[in-house]
Amino acid sequence: MTGGYYSIEQVFHVKAGDFASAGEASSQIKKILKQLGIDSTLVRRVSIAAYEAEMNLVIHSVGGELKLKVTPQSIVVTAEDKGPGIPDIDLAMQEGYSTAPEIARELGFGAGMGLPNIKRCADRLNIQSKVGEGTLLEIYFDIKAR
Amino acid sequence: MKLKEYYHSVTLRRDKCRGCTNCIKRCPTEAIRVRDGKARIIAERCIDCGECIRVCPYHAKVAVTDPLSSIERFRYRIALPAPTLYGQFKNVSDINVILAGLKNLGFDYVYEVARGADYVTAFVKQALKDPNRKRPIISSSCPAIVRLIQVRFPELIDNIVDVDSPMEITAQLARNEFCEKYGVKPEEVGVFFITPCAAKMTSIRNPVGRKESSVDGAISIQEIYGQLYNQISKLKREDVAQMASPFGVGWANSGGESLALGIDSYLAVDGIQNVIRVLEEIEDDKLTDLEYFEGLACPGGCVGGPLTVENGFVAKNRIRKLSEKAKGRPVSEDELHEVGQKISWRLDEKILPKPVMKLDDDIVEAMKKMETIKEIYESLPGLDCGSCGSPSCRTLAEDIVRGYASEMDCVFKLREKVKQLALEMIELSEKIPGGRKEKERQE
Repeated sequence: MTGGYYSIEQVFHVKAGDFASAGEASSQIKKILKQLGIDSTLVRRVSIAAYEAEMNLVIHSVGGELKLKVTPQSIVVTAEDKGPGIPDIDLAMQEGYSTAPEIARELGFGAGMGLPNIKRCADRLNIQSKVGEGTLLEIYFDIKAR
Repeated sequence: MKLKEYYHSVTLRRDKCRGCTNCIKRCPTEAIRVRDGKARIIAERCIDCGECIRVCPYHAKVAVTDPLSSIERFRYRIALPAPTLYGQFKNVSDINVILAGLKNLGFDYVYEVARGADYVTAFVKQALKDPNRKRPIISSSCPAIVRLIQVRFPELIDNIVDVDSPMEITAQLARNEFCEKYGVKPEEVGVFFITPCAAKMTSIRNPVGRKESSVDGAISIQEIYGQLYNQISKLKREDVAQMASPFGVGWANSGGESLALGIDSYLAVDGIQNVIRVLEEIEDDKLTDLEYFEGLACPGGCVGGPLTVENGFVAKNRIRKLSEKAKGRPVSEDELHEVGQKISWRLDEKILPKPVMKLDDDIVEAMKKMETIKEIYESLPGLDCGSCGSPSCRTLAEDIVRGYASEMDCVFKLREKVKQLALEMIELSEKIPGGRKEKERQE
């Protein structure tokens, strides 16, 4: 294969509490992946994870960035914010555990399935967080040769 | 085979097209461009939903269907009226009058597609009992939606229920019944669907999920409306046995199909843009606990089909009233078992994805194209005016990269270029000896 190191990146800014445009970044990501001809099952997994990550930024963070990076071998979705950070990552990874505020729950979010869902879709997951500094979530997907 | 693959009922009448932007803007698969002042349909992308037929103010988009005279090819002719036909006429309170009217137009036999719908309901009820099927189970009845899924939602193909449409099931039931009753050969019988819909015509010529259609042709409701109306006003009541149940007749309206299934957790959505929004959510796993999804391309369901005559909302109300009087019973289990043996009711051909949105087969090439698209897109005005002939600035950028358009198709780009050329010309003109600067110096 030629151009093995070729990659493209796209960055989306996600505002905190902005439910009107929530979901737009992940739907853009889905469109890009479909145009790249990525296998539809993988597209589905990535877009579900990207959507959950985007909603986490909207609901929990002070705002941040959702980034898509594609190489011929892999897809990486990164969600990065500047706070408030997750005090106990193990607890946050548990199904049903949620710290979502009332406004998010009223809209039907905050079921405590976000991170577990992301984990279920991803091939690998890296999460780093420091209270008061922010969270970095890297979601990795392998593109299998067909 | 290639030719067959791209047969479309929806076509352009070049002489009537003015090259405006109405259709390119509304096409759900971005399948139309205006080039050289006329619309052009990209065959691989078109799903025959008929949206362009509805929005074209000049009637330049038409659905090719069969003329009524085409039934003369056959010695015996059967009409299969879509339930939508019932809602087209004022002051008709008895479906039998419409069925009898059809016979007077030259058909030997009439079999209601609404009755076929009753069978589909019974087959789908069985499918719903199977816990191993992917949820939500998606209805296969709207051919435009099945094609939309092939083009835009290939991941949902396995959710489409493998029960064929009422039209195909009715066609087989009708032909069998007629041949048995009168002892004639199946090939002597022509079966014609009376259609509100362009996509049905396409699915007769080029079916998805089955090898060949059991229907010989489709005649649009608009084509026979006038003649049928005359027949109806003459008739009092004739001895035709209306067989469909109220539920079968109700299929003409959005939600009718789901209502017939008698389940709780369904979603019935009409209008193609609305259907797309919901399919996006299904694809993203946002609609959990959903058992059944009925998506219909036309507003209000089949009553809103592009080949109907009556206002869809008026028709919807008439269907509601007529369905209450329908005399048929739901299909019994014995009946279903018997019919299941006699006809092919399953979609047994694999429904294949049609990834026409893909930029290139090679991922690196696709990525390079994506980057170029982004660059070009950022240089465009972002007004999505459609003057270039592509539906949006983004699609123009894609078309340029795919080699179907050039940057100068954008009127704003062109204006910039003209301005730049004009400035260059002024500059050049000043360099000519005896030009303006020369004169100024002399003065």
